[in-house]
Amino acid sequence: MTAAVQTRRRRAEVRVLPGFHLSLGFVLVYLSLLVLLPLSALVLRPWEIGVDGVWRVVASPRVAAALRLSFGASAVAAVVNAFMGLVVAWVLVRGRFPGRRLLDAAVDLPFALPTAVAGIALTALYAPNGPFGALLAQLGIKAAYSPLGVAIALTFVGFPFVVRTVQPVLQDLDAELEEAAATLGASPWQRVRLVVLPAIGPALLTGAALAFARAVGEYGSVIFIAGNLPLKTEIAPLLIVVRLEEYDYAGAAAVGLAMLALSFAILLAVNLIQRGMAVPGGGR
Amino acid sequence: MNAGASNQDQSLVGRPPKALVALGAAYMALLVLAPLVMVFVEAFRKGPGGFLEVFALSDTWAAIRMTLIVAAIAVPLNAVFGVAAAWAITKFQFKGKSLLLTLIDLPFSVSPVISGLVWVLLFGASGWFSGFEAATGIRVLFATPALVLATTFITLPFVARELIPLMQEQGADEEAAAVTLGAGGWTTFFRVTLPNIKWALLYGVLLANARAMGEFGAVSVVSGHIRGKTNTLPLHVEILYNEYDFVGAFAAASLLAGLGLLTLLIKSVLERRFAGELSASRRH
Repeated sequence: MTAAVQTRRRRAEVRVLPGFHLSLGFVLVYLSLLVLLPLSALVLRPWEIGVDGVWRVVASPRVAAALRLSFGASAVAAVVNAFMGLVVAWVLVRGRFPGRRLLDAAVDLPFALPTAVAGIALTALYAPNGPFGALLAQLGIKAAYSPLGVAIALTFVGFPFVVRTVQPVLQDLDAELEEAAATLGASPWQRVRLVVLPAIGPALLTGAALAFARAVGEYGSVIFIAGNLPLKTEIAPLLIVVRLEEYDYAGAAAVGLAMLALSFAILLAVNLIQRGMAVPGGGR
Repeated sequence: MNAGASNQDQSLVGRPPKALVALGAAYMALLVLAPLVMVFVEAFRKGPGGFLEVFALSDTWAAIRMTLIVAAIAVPLNAVFGVAAAWAITKFQFKGKSLLLTLIDLPFSVSPVISGLVWVLLFGASGWFSGFEAATGIRVLFATPALVLATTFITLPFVARELIPLMQEQGADEEAAAVTLGAGGWTTFFRVTLPNIKWALLYGVLLANARAMGEFGAVSVVSGHIRGKTNTLPLHVEILYNEYDFVGAFAAASLLAGLGLLTLLIKSVLERRFAGELSASRRH
């Protein structure tokens, strides 16, 4: 008892400021009602149809195909974004050219453009009668209404993540290291591969993982360009909507839960890889 | 830290070759800028008269009004939440802080479709709150309350995320001094804390508002798509597009694209002018 009183008094001394219980109480109630309660419905309601019911939904050819497309196209988009995001970050941090600031601001366009707007604009660009689509059609490539269209849209939405995570690390990178490497006779490519890449590796991986996570759940910018053919160009989030429109709530929840579980497993794996490559001076 | 000085030194070694700059700029032009340009090209395909046609529809104005109403409720709620969360987390010591931070970030890692789905699972047929409407007479699903709930969920982390790192850097000394000198809790908050965080708060509100007004997936799931009643502007864009009114769809979309551009503009002004008063991650 006395110990409890003592700790309470000690805490009271630390807490000079008022409002702890008010603010924390409000935050906990708010989070419980708006985040915990809804997400627990997602976690609990699929099991209404039993464990084998959930398994039957997730393993059905249509759901499996949708999950494969969503995760596959997101992985492709994340890899493209890792490469090109690095190039753009490099150009923006180290380059000196007119319009650099404007280009820097434009990196956030995919964040700023509402997804439905991006969706119809990308479709207009890549449809067979659109400016890019017509060009690609001449090469025999079908962009819109194919898995390639899905990957293009997902590359668009994920683009800012890699640039914005790599940029600050590149900015803080010690130039002396590179100068030393140059003095010792390292070629530009060797400097990039042996000095720069190891330092920004963790940030690059984080950016790619963020882009991937965003792409997996993306809906608005994809559904217009995807074509939405079951088993072929139907993404997992769209399948949730389809299930809802059939009033199959448990089935929709099962697909949603499967998406979340897969995403978390992949992000966990990325986290473990990152821990393995922790390099002094790189990332945060 | 002082990027200005070190950039000068770096330029000797790290200058990207011209070809790389061209590649980065061309990539951004094709991937990011082309869709934006496309929105306006398509919107004005039939001239200014064609552009204005969509704004003669009463459904368009109903959608604009619904978008404003939803944002006007969701954004202030999350602003208050963000301030309360940042106050509790940065001014006091307590157990479970990292769990709380994870919970706050959770809506960012969930697909928009799932963010809508969870409310259907709660309030839809055989949901835990399916009796809510009968008991209170308030229709939630396929009505304004569900749009607000889904939008609030989606935009919940924005303000908190801007304020927490900033207030962590600022510490609690100024507030402690004010309270010691006899200022009350609210006086301390309004006279000491708020002036310190006002630009970061505005920054968070700006991002939350852009997302709230542009949100598509979550709102699409809970809205029921009732024309002139539960349609927000992004949903209206989809309906027009699916009815092959492409000019109308892009004209409505150009309004959202304009909002996105305005957001980007204010955002970069804030980043440039008030860099010291935003959290470190926002100082480019």
